Amino acid sequence: MSIDSMFVHKMWNDDELSKMVEGGIPFPMLSDAGGKVGSLYGVYDETAGVENRGRFLIDPGGVIQGFEVLTPPVGRNVNETIRQIQAFQLVRETQGGEATPSGWRPGKKTLKPGIDLVGKVWEVWKTEEAFD
Amino acid sequence: MSEEAEVGCARPTGGPVGEEPAEQQQEQTQPQEVKKMITVGQKAPDFVAPGYQKGNFVNVKLSDYLRKWVVLCFYPGDFTFV
Repeated sequence: MSIDSMFVHKMWNDDELSKMVEGGIPFPMLSDAGGKVGSLYGVYDETAGVENRGRFLIDPGGVIQGFEVLTPPVGRNVNETIRQIQAFQLVRETQGGEATPSGWRPGKKTLKPGIDLVGKVWEVWKTEEAFD
Repeated sequence: MSEEAEVGCARPTGGPVGEEPAEQQQEQTQPQEVKKMITVGQKAPDFVAPGYQKGNFVNVKLSDYLRKWVVLCFYPGDFTFV
């Protein structure tokens, strides 16, 4: 979503993005003229008249589980977005029975929050696991 | 008539064409609405927005995506990176 019109979105997709992604962009490219939605989400920069780089993860119940907002010059890490979705999906599937510690990615150890874990995280989870 | 300059955003110079800008105009002091901050763990604000998707102009309502995971992405402008 950006302040550009849907016509500009079409040109960008058809003339440039479709050369980077086969078949073009599959998801909706939304237009937020005037930054009304961006203001609602706190990412619209009124001075510059554009949106900052905001990314919101919304779960199937409509609840915002996480967000990241960057100023324009720095791009995002798509792998990290996917990792967070995978982690939130696992937490949701286990109904909170499992949690994903720092550095978790699919296949890595999860933690089972509970009284038995208090003071024992150091035994079951090592610092190196925080890193890739 | 134009000059090469760093790309910025359009803005008023503070006066009519051909005249010096008037005295430094007071910043508009309209009462700003108190902005409600987004909070994790709370429901996302719903919206409807027009857009483009695979050859069609579409209207998208966020609440139509309930029961799915949604990544809502904002970016400064088309033809920039994301």
